[in-house]
Amino acid sequence: MNCIVCMTSVPDTASVIKVGGDGKGIDGSGIKWIVSPYDEYALEEALQITEAKGGEVTVVTYGPDRAEAALRDCLARGAHQAVHILGGEATLGDSFTIAKVLAAAIKDREYDIVLCGFKGVGTDCGQVGQMLAGLLDLPHVVNVLELEVGDGSLTAGRDVEGGKEKLESPLPSLVTCQKGLNEPRYAALKGIMAAKKKPVEKIEVASLGVDEGAGGFYKVEKLELPPAKAAGTIIQGEDDAAAAAAELVKLLREEAKAI
Amino acid sequence: MAGILVFVEQRKSEIRNASLQALSEAKRQGGAVSAVLPGSGIGEAAAGLGAWGADKIYVADDPNLDLYSSDGYAEVVVKAVEQAQPSAIFFAGTAMGRDLAPTVAARLGVGAIPDAVGLELDGETFSVRRPVYSGKATTTADTAGNTPQIISLRPNVFAAEESAGAGEVVALDGLSLSIRAVVKELLEAEGGELDVAEADVIVAGGRGIKGPENFALIKSLADALGGAVGASRAAVDAGWIEHSHQVGQTGKVVSPSLYVAAGISGAIQHLAGMSSSKVIVAINKDPDAPIFKIADYGIVGDLFDVIPPMVDAIKAL
Repeated sequence: MNCIVCMTSVPDTASVIKVGGDGKGIDGSGIKWIVSPYDEYALEEALQITEAKGGEVTVVTYGPDRAEAALRDCLARGAHQAVHILGGEATLGDSFTIAKVLAAAIKDREYDIVLCGFKGVGTDCGQVGQMLAGLLDLPHVVNVLELEVGDGSLTAGRDVEGGKEKLESPLPSLVTCQKGLNEPRYAALKGIMAAKKKPVEKIEVASLGVDEGAGGFYKVEKLELPPAKAAGTIIQGEDDAAAAAAELVKLLREEAKAI
Repeated sequence: MAGILVFVEQRKSEIRNASLQALSEAKRQGGAVSAVLPGSGIGEAAAGLGAWGADKIYVADDPNLDLYSSDGYAEVVVKAVEQAQPSAIFFAGTAMGRDLAPTVAARLGVGAIPDAVGLELDGETFSVRRPVYSGKATTTADTAGNTPQIISLRPNVFAAEESAGAGEVVALDGLSLSIRAVVKELLEAEGGELDVAEADVIVAGGRGIKGPENFALIKSLADALGGAVGASRAAVDAGWIEHSHQVGQTGKVVSPSLYVAAGISGAIQHLAGMSSSKVIVAINKDPDAPIFKIADYGIVGDLFDVIPPMVDAIKAL
């Protein structure tokens, strides 16, 4: 059972976001780039599938040089192979271009299941998996919280508003992974040392026949920070909580008109 | 402009409110509005969409479309696109819409822009405002000249308002449904529990509630306000409540009319997920908790002392 995991590297979730000099992207100085948190669930699930059923996990990422650290992190956690498609600075948030690049790099490989995080943390699009499935002509299931891989098909569970869905899909399939699917492992020292020696296959994006400079499908006009908020009304409620509660409810009713 | 096609979502023939919001926003943009509605036994629901601004309603009524499937529903939307030739397609940014929009986009060979909170039309081009980094920043983007422009709208941001449309129902024929990933079962949550992503009021609990049993207290306030129960990552990771309740950068990003954070200190990842809420209330013992910096109203005090009288005061309104 061979698994392909699509991984993207993103700013650490604790990062303070500042607007970069071009007014369209973020200021990358001082930012630590990590494996996008949802991709960790995809990798962990792939590792568990291959541990149970044999086969290999190949992690594919598309990004500039800095993405290699996250790719090495995946190798350290147990991925067998790593593919780094070099490029991607111009395509942040352009889900369809990203999907085209990934599809071109994946289509001739052997796989039974492709796993992605349900979204990249940061651009927050949640689209690449579905688009990639379309380009590879695979069925897909997004947001999976439960996954059972059988012979020739998989069953999956996910949350939808106000309920849960159970799905079945033939293999090969693409799934996107949601928090709660598993508990991602950390890299152990031994894995980190071994990962340093594992080769990373490098592919120039141009060699995949995708022109990054062609304008793409998502043009960012500007990036802005939210306006600073005025100070709120804070009530001291340590001594008389009931009076504070009554005052708050009155303010919410009469001033904020929120209840 | 050349018209907007709106994908309309139903469950058991009931149209989702988020879809009515998308339909209303399409109408406000001024051009012709058409709707596409897949499902089974949905004739009556379809006819009602004329009252929400739809001039044409493309209906695919088929038992195989009773439950959602990416393949089946995408095929229906693509069929409607062939007939309507819209310059834009709107989806409500629900779980279904967020899956379907990029699926349709890939089939049409175009991109898609998710999670719109603002739309500006310049000629035929939509400039779409959307939060990124879970709300730490906002980006404005367009589809770089590609059409149809596929845009999903964040629920509860755009108002739903009735307005007259021609309401002509057109049956989509000649579908060749090929459904691979199949929904076998849809289990409704007990008691129709309201999801944080759809709620107009959210009361969220964090580490300060001390244990899973105390979510009952959070729920009592949520119930009094007619809202949903949210949670911080700390509460979810402690196993006190399911992840579906988590608000924040690795949970749901929400913008309700009222967000009450109880016992949540306000880590940057949590603030990112809820700071665009219209009115934010913080209840926390620690006067220095970062949550107070973005709160419109706050009480410095013990949530166990504050919430019960709050519930009483709300019930007395």
